Order: sequence, then structure tokens, then C-alpha cells
Amino acid sequence: MKIKRAIKKITGMQMFLPIASMLLVMAVNIIYDVSNGNAVFNFFTISLRNGVLFGRIIDILNRGSEVAILAIGMTLVVSAAAGADISVGSVMSLAGGMCCMLLAGFGNANVSQYAVPLWVGLVAGLAIACLCGAFNGYLVSYLNIQPMVATLILFSAGRAIGLLLCNSTIVYVRVPSFQFLGGYFWMLPTPIIIAAACVLVMSLILKHTALGMYIQSVGINKNAARIAGFKSRRIIFTAFVISGLCAGIAGLVATSRIYSADTNNIGLNMELDAILAVALGGNSLGGGKFRLAGSIVGAYTIQAITTTLYALGISSAQAPVFKAVIVILIVTIQSPAVTAYFERRAVAKALRANKEAMRV
Amino acid sequence: MKKMFALLMALVMVLALCSSAAAEDLIKVGFAQVGHESDWRNANTENYKGVFTAENGYELSFVDCDNDNAVQLEAVRSFIEQDLDYIIIAPIETAGWNTVLAEAKDAGIPVIIADRNVDADPSEYTTRVGTDMVKEGETAGLWLAEYMAGAEANILVIEGTVGSSAALGRSEGFNNIAKDHPEWKIIDSQSGDFTQAGGQQVMESFLKSYPGQFNVVVCHNDNEAYGAMDAMDAAGVTYGVDGDVILISYDATKAGLTYTLEGKINCNVECNPIQAAFVKEVIEKLEAGEAVEAFTLVVDEAFVAPGITSQYATTMTAELLAARPY
Repeated sequence: MKIKRAIKKITGMQMFLPIASMLLVMAVNIIYDVSNGNAVFNFFTISLRNGVLFGRIIDILNRGSEVAILAIGMTLVVSAAAGADISVGSVMSLAGGMCCMLLAGFGNANVSQYAVPLWVGLVAGLAIACLCGAFNGYLVSYLNIQPMVATLILFSAGRAIGLLLCNSTIVYVRVPSFQFLGGYFWMLPTPIIIAAACVLVMSLILKHTALGMYIQSVGINKNAARIAGFKSRRIIFTAFVISGLCAGIAGLVATSRIYSADTNNIGLNMELDAILAVALGGNSLGGGKFRLAGSIVGAYTIQAITTTLYALGISSAQAPVFKAVIVILIVTIQSPAVTAYFERRAVAKALRANKEAMRV
Repeated sequence: MKKMFALLMALVMVLALCSSAAAEDLIKVGFAQVGHESDWRNANTENYKGVFTAENGYELSFVDCDNDNAVQLEAVRSFIEQDLDYIIIAPIETAGWNTVLAEAKDAGIPVIIADRNVDADPSEYTTRVGTDMVKEGETAGLWLAEYMAGAEANILVIEGTVGSSAALGRSEGFNNIAKDHPEWKIIDSQSGDFTQAGGQQVMESFLKSYPGQFNVVVCHNDNEAYGAMDAMDAAGVTYGVDGDVILISYDATKAGLTYTLEGKINCNVECNPIQAAFVKEVIEKLEAGEAVEAFTLVVDEAFVAPGITSQYATTMTAELLAARPY
């Protein structure tokens, strides 16, 4: 009875389904490893190699960083504006392009020393990303344009501006210190630390200020929130600026990984992964209540799927199909209809037990 | 936004053409280029602009189609309306060319398909000039066979974008050679989407799936090779002439050949963007009323790191690198 209660307590937890889905994805690897005669926890082993941590789990945390950072901003936007910011992928590319253009000097495609100090490039990259967020936010909150439509502008223009800044080529900045953001800090890949820091800062803000409550109230009912005294417009605007900033940070990480601004490819289709992360985390895309932790787990679930498909050696042509099937399963498990069914069953069971108890 | 800009540019160019009715004796050539998606493409464009000049007796109408099939079809139609002497198309998509090719044929304008191929009967256009991706793959395979000299090869492949002609051709060519070598084993093949980030991620995964079990890595372009090198560096795996892993790449861009010269990429097979001279030769033949071949092959060379000599490839030197136009 005690165990049963403990199980119930765990399954009843808000974060149960997203985390269970992620673990389920990773569990596939145990089956694969066992059937191939590898060590049972081959997928999960972490070793020290060449002075840095080495293992699939590290890969998931490392490669999932960009989407996790994007998911922070996306969660707030989805909650406040009941619509997605589809410009984040392009803004990533623009931030990277801006940074590399400044560091290399306009028109140079391959440099081995900075034209301006590193911090100028990084700050400029983040600044232009915030500016993009502010532009989106202004269109949505003050001009009342639907988020999807408003962010569609920078979705297509952001990457193009990035290309212009980089003179339509890949700009390489071959300076070791520029590779820090996408490289290693002590034993750990730096992107993991950056993503963790971003999540930590945002959770502290949400915990210690009323921002989270404001955003949720606006998302549930914009007009009611306004009448209740919230500055609805300013709150939505803020959510978009944060999303822009997150895209900027993710863009700089992605740029630093390849020490170059590959504007055609950085952040390509990543807005879709960020939206999916929010959904996989059990958040409603209709706005209102949100769980940041859910989105973050969602982001790493997506990367866990990708890494698993690599580990299983599934061919690249078929991988998207497998990814789709897994996503369908996870979304279905978490859908209101399915959870309601299990709740009904639980209630019916409790009633039956009650009845039997009465009879005795 | 980008498309609008391209359209606007096309319009401006067309207007500019209409106004310059002078220069009757120049051969008017229209070139509908794919876009500006890579360094390779930009080098290709520069090459055309440098060859089809007024000094050489040509007037070039150049349209950058920015990877938009519709823009490209319109560009070719406008070339037909302007009644240019020759039309060069570097097709974005392989399918859907029959109608516009028929229109050009009706107008009596010779069409030269450049770089990539089209899904059309060779009778529908005049001739084709381009590189052969299958041959590039075979060159890489032949070089590896020569270099390994019968030794065992456990090969990992980082493919290009799934379904792209370059990825399909290079795989096919390499596999043609690999099947004659029972001592070779292609362990795994995954797509890195022709990008450095893709190459990094795939190589990171390979390093975990097949630790110490491979001695050859084939990357379908230089960018993927840079990514693979990053990942191997991080894991402490050595590659290149002095390393444990033989690295083969395609494209032979200047940056890629720099690594070949340093001995980090053992063999780099070129995909030559310097194609305009071949096209010009074809046009000169047509002008003289001579027959032309249905397909003119732009020769791709291969380059190997210093210290390696091969009958299939040129050994890299600093002079060779300095002389490369891109």
C-alpha cells in the first residue's frame, strides 16, 4: 500500500509525464545495447577523455543547449501572447552574423585576430537580437498583430540581413577565445553551463518577482488582466524581448561552436524545435499557465531523440519518420483526452473500492 | 524580403538591358544562376562574370535566382523575350523544365545547361556542361585503394544533404570502388547536411558508437570535414597524414586545401566551379557552326597532402594553394 501510494505520488506530479517521456526515449537505447551485446548502460556511460567529459548524455545536454535556451523565451511568449515567436531561428543567425561581422571587420571572410574586442561583438550580437525581440513585441502588443504573422517578418528577413552583414559568405573568426562559448570550460562543454545559467536566472526571476504571474494572467485573459491593473501590453512586449535575448544567446553559442557565421544554416528550423519543446513539456500553446521546467525537459527530449537515432545508426533518410512517430506518441500520452481517460479510470477504481469497503 | 529584392534586381537588370541597345556586335548571353548559397557558388558566378566580358566579345545578362525555382523560370522567359543569342541555365530544380525549354527551342535560342542536370531529354536542349559527382566519388575511392594498398579499411561516411545530387553521386561513385574491395567495410553513413555543425554532431556520435573501430572518414564536403576535425580534436583522436584516421573530403575550397597542405585532410577531391571557359568554348563552336558534344565534362582534380604521391591526385604545395582562385 505504501509503495502504491508512493507511485501515485510520483505519477501525480506535474512534471511526471514530460520526464517519463524523456526517460522512455533513452530507455530504447538500453534495449538496443542489450540486443547488440553491449554493456547495458552503454548509452549512459560518461567517461573522461582527452581531459573532458565524454558520453552520449553529455552530447544530449551539449547539443540540446540551443533549443533549451530558445525554449525559455518561447515559453514566455506562448504563455503571454498565445502564439509562437517563429523568428527565433533567423534571429540566432542574425546575432551570429552581427557578432562575426564586427569581430572580423566587414568584408573579411577569414581572420585570425579580432578587429574589435570580443565583448563588443558579443554585446552587439545580443543587442541586435533584443532589438528584433522588441520589434516583434511592438507589432504584437501595440499594433495587435497576431504573433505568427508579426514574427513571420523577421523569420524571413532576419537571415537575409545576416547574409548582407556577412557579405553572403561564411565569416570565420579563428581566434581560440572566440571558441569558448561553444567549447569547453574545465571538463564540461560550455553550452551546458550557459543553458543551465539561463534556466537558473529565469527560474529565479519567476520565483522572486511577479513576472510569471503577470505573464500567465495576461495569457489567460488579456482584457481582464488589464482591467485588474496589469499593463498587458508591456508584459507581452517584455516576453518578446526576453525571447529575442534568448535567441541571441543561442545564436552566439551556435556561432562559437563552428567559430564562424554560417548565416544560411545557423538556427535553421530551430524555431520549430523550440515550439515543439514547449508542447512536449506539457504546456498549452493556447497561452496562460506554463511550466518552464516542462519546456526545458521537452528541449532535451528532442535532442535525446536525435542522439538516439544517431546511436541506433538509423539512416538519415528515415530518421525524420522515426522522430515523427516518437513525437506523436509523446504528444498523445500527454493529450487532455488521454490524461482525462486515466483520471476517470482512477476515479472509477476508487469508487469501486469504496463500495466494496461499504459492503464489508 | 529576399525574394522581393531579387525580383527587383532582375527588373532593374532587364531595364538596363533594354536601354543599352548599342553594342550590336557582342554575343548576348543570358545566365540564370542558382543563387549565392555558398562560397563555391560565388566563385562560380565570379568566374562567369570574368569570362563573359565585353573585351571577350560578350554581353552577359546575369540573374541571381536566389534558390527560387519560379524566379529562375521567369528569368529564362525574359531571356527568350529579349531574344538573346544564348541562354545558360544552372538549374535549381531538376524537374519542370520541359515547357520553358520548348519555348526557347521555338524561339531558336540555344540553351546550355550548366553545373547541375535537368530531368529532360537531351534533345530538348542544346548541350550540357558540368562536373560529374559520381566520378568525384570514384576518384576518392581509387585514391584510397591506392593509399591503403590492400590494407583493411573501416570507413565512416558523413553524407551531404539527403537526396542532393552531390551526396547521391559521391556515395554512388565511392561505393562503386568499395564493392571491389572486400577488405573495406563501410561501417555507418549519416547526413551532416553539408554544414560544419552537422559534421561535428555526426562525428561526435560516431566517436561514441565506434570507438577505435574506424580508420577512414569520408566527408561529402569541406564544411563537414571541418566539423569532423573539431569533434576528433575534442575527443583526442588524431587524423591526417600523421594521425590514426585517414580523412577524405570533397569540394577542395581554398580553406579545405589549406588543411590538405597542413596534412590534416589526406585527400580532397575538387568540385570545380571554374566552368565558364568550358561554356565559352561550347558557344564558340556553335558560333562557328560546328557540332557540339551532348555533354562536356568539367574536369575535377584531386589533391593529396604533402608526402603522399598518387596517380589519381596532385600533391599539394603552397604555390598551388596560392594560385587557387577560390
